[in-house]
Amino acid sequence: MSQHKELEAYREQMRQCVKCGTCRAHCPVFAELGKEAAVARGKVSLAQALLDGDIDMDRRLVADISRCLACGRCVKECPNLVPTDAIVLAARRQIVRRKGLSWFGRGVSTVLRRPRLMQWLARLGSAMSFLAFRRVPRGSGLRLRFPAPFIDPERTLPAPAKRPFRSRHPELLPGTPGKPTVAFFTGCMINHVYPEIGEAVLACLRALGFTVVIPKGQGCCGLPALCAGDGATAAQLADRNLAALSRPAPDFIVTACASCHSGLTQYFAELGPEHEGLAEKVLDIHTLLVEQGLAERLEKLPRRETCRTVTYHIPCHLRQPRWVKAPQQLLAALPGVHFVPMPNADACCGLGGTFSVYHYDTSRQIGARKAAGIQASGADLVATACPGCIVQLQDSLNHAGLPQQAVHVLELVAEALPGLTAPSPGARG
Amino acid sequence: MLDTKLLRILQDIVGPEHVSSAPADRICYSYDATQQQHQPDVVVYPADAGQVSRILQLANREGIPVYPRGAGSGFTGGSLPVRGGISLVLTRLNRILRIDQDNLVAEVEPGVVTAHLQEAVEAVGLFYPPDPASLKFSTIGGNVAECAGGPRCVKYGVTKDYVLGLEVVTPQGDIIRTGGETMKGVVGYDLTKLLVGSEGTLGVITRITLKLLPKPAAKKTMLVLFDSIDGAAQAVSAIIRGKIIPTTLEFMDATAIDCVRQNANLDLPEAARALLIIEVDGDAEMLEKQSSRILDIVTPLGVVATQVAVTAEESEAIWRVRRSVSPSLRRVNPDKYNEDICVPRSRLPDMIRAIEAIARRLEIPIVNFGHAGDGNIHVNIMVNRALPGQEEKAEEAIRDIFAETIRLGGTMSGEHGVGVTKAPYLPMELDPAAVLYMKAIKRALDPNNILNPGKIFPEEPGRAVNEA
Repeated sequence: MSQHKELEAYREQMRQCVKCGTCRAHCPVFAELGKEAAVARGKVSLAQALLDGDIDMDRRLVADISRCLACGRCVKECPNLVPTDAIVLAARRQIVRRKGLSWFGRGVSTVLRRPRLMQWLARLGSAMSFLAFRRVPRGSGLRLRFPAPFIDPERTLPAPAKRPFRSRHPELLPGTPGKPTVAFFTGCMINHVYPEIGEAVLACLRALGFTVVIPKGQGCCGLPALCAGDGATAAQLADRNLAALSRPAPDFIVTACASCHSGLTQYFAELGPEHEGLAEKVLDIHTLLVEQGLAERLEKLPRRETCRTVTYHIPCHLRQPRWVKAPQQLLAALPGVHFVPMPNADACCGLGGTFSVYHYDTSRQIGARKAAGIQASGADLVATACPGCIVQLQDSLNHAGLPQQAVHVLELVAEALPGLTAPSPGARG
Repeated sequence: MLDTKLLRILQDIVGPEHVSSAPADRICYSYDATQQQHQPDVVVYPADAGQVSRILQLANREGIPVYPRGAGSGFTGGSLPVRGGISLVLTRLNRILRIDQDNLVAEVEPGVVTAHLQEAVEAVGLFYPPDPASLKFSTIGGNVAECAGGPRCVKYGVTKDYVLGLEVVTPQGDIIRTGGETMKGVVGYDLTKLLVGSEGTLGVITRITLKLLPKPAAKKTMLVLFDSIDGAAQAVSAIIRGKIIPTTLEFMDATAIDCVRQNANLDLPEAARALLIIEVDGDAEMLEKQSSRILDIVTPLGVVATQVAVTAEESEAIWRVRRSVSPSLRRVNPDKYNEDICVPRSRLPDMIRAIEAIARRLEIPIVNFGHAGDGNIHVNIMVNRALPGQEEKAEEAIRDIFAETIRLGGTMSGEHGVGVTKAPYLPMELDPAAVLYMKAIKRALDPNNILNPGKIFPEEPGRAVNEA
């Protein structure tokens, strides 16, 4: 089985951290907590001490190492490009190997490894939601009625879907002959919580005439397990996805979830040449749609008279120059959308996978800044390209008492698709 | 280690959650940008001057070293707890208390990040000029303690030129005020000037009154490439002689240009052996005149190419050339010794030539860039410490460079301070009587030597550092 690198493999890169302090200006967790142990150069020092046996693996150290969103901001701004996110994840794996998984981590791994269990739980959650949850007043989402392990009673959540996305569709949806075949990697959130995003993806791909494969064998991308320090589960999931996505080999693999995208590319490419080969085929769907000329076609549609004002939150995992533009180009091209930028659009939403479970207070503080930015933009909707971000953004908006809704870019794009097939003067001009 | 009784007193002063002797915190407050590590016994985060006062009283009574700390981004070890004791982290004192638009002053606490202060004053059309490269994360308290500079200092001066008054906790725990908020004031000794740049050895700054300026309406950025360092240096003198003081006059020598040339989208012709980034600020009409005069002045001095930025993006592209130097240095060699010598600006070419000769003789690459307008050169001695003999060569280079700097009438630190890294070289620049004079001040104000001990003054045989 494949395996991620050991902490030891990062020794030289840790040495390249010269403690200049640049990360203090960019780490969202440090901005809230203000203590060195929260910032990248502190975590690198702690990881180094762990490696050298200069510090005990006590509760305090475990907590410090868990206090990272893996947003990658420190890496991007670091003069020496020290990969603190990868170092933190390697340190977490080292901790888990020695001390075992936390209760929560064990729960996550059990569910992630067993897709049927996940499906069953999602269905149970959906069926029981009227009992377990109450609607958030003046906002969107649900709040638990009773205390539950690992979920902060203050956290607002979306309801699980009645029927998972993947069970609604056949594995193969043939398109126009001669058009490429695209494999759709749905990820857990789209499959179980936001199937409507999955439907939007399908609608977009089919509007372009692509043959779409939704491989049945796919599972979780593995990033949640990797963030929890469970390298074994992460690697097992990566291997499973590799098999599911390679036979038959599609022309592209698309994701509509920033986290899954980084899971399949950035975090799992190191597992071996086969994984690397897979990573090269993975495209964020927005980029594919723009490359196929969808933005230009949408732009030619007649503008609607009443437009919704929409802003865009840049997910940390789609911040690279190659991916950052496409979702915004699509939004700006939509006939019913007035696109406005928001302040600090690329600031992290504060979810960070297991981070928001262990450190919900900090997660909420980071989210509050985001909500303020959305409000300042004057938008009615905040669109983004990651279901995880949607959960967190909506929670932050709910807590701020703001009426704005968080949506996926593709939900808005899908609304405009019928205009492309219907004859319209704008389309001809 | 401090005993539990002392820890309990510290907890009483600041609250238990603001004291830590956990190994994780001792590790995380053991470093700054010098890459040395010295663990404190305890990390304490006070919230106000009253708490700082009680901490210093305790430390003075018990003889515990106290190391004031801002962002821990200094280059000379000013905040390193070299003798253990208390790391006094001042980042909770982070309020901007007042921005006074009538009197053009701001009153701030030391933990405010310099960039945050600048954003706040610029939002009301005012301006705080000092701009050290670390301004996005370094604190104003650290800037004052080290007397930070930056590119804009050519025209606007350094941190000490903007500090009007201070609230300071003395090593005995007294809270005193120095200076005030008037531009003038000559009552008593100028303690403000003494404390600015005193590197945390004489008192703990808990409040700072700063002078502000109106924000310049516009700025204009130019990139001028020269065929030799002499051309660039002559250009600097010619501009100043022409009665123009630009906002910034940054230079990069051939070694620095070579470093960034490989970067994509930077158009730097091979013939360019030095460059200047010249920025002027003020009213838009005036800028046109100034920039064309500057170009007239420099053009006969071996100019290879010029670029004048029209848009903000173009200006940003020019500054990217300068900013990409530091990250590119690692391509030369993995380890860097970073000095910030300063010579009279007319001696810049002599200094660069001397550094080139030293680099050739010792066979180690030395990359130079910095603030030509005020003769402040960032000398980056690039070595690979993993190879035998490289560290010794670097130290030899530093000593030779300092000697030459002083011979040319300069100083071994323009803006980074002495701290621990430059302490051994102090006698090269200051005569013994001057050092004694300084030590007498330190001894009088801090007889138990609790504040930032081990800094500035070189270790004497048989005596601990700075025990005056």
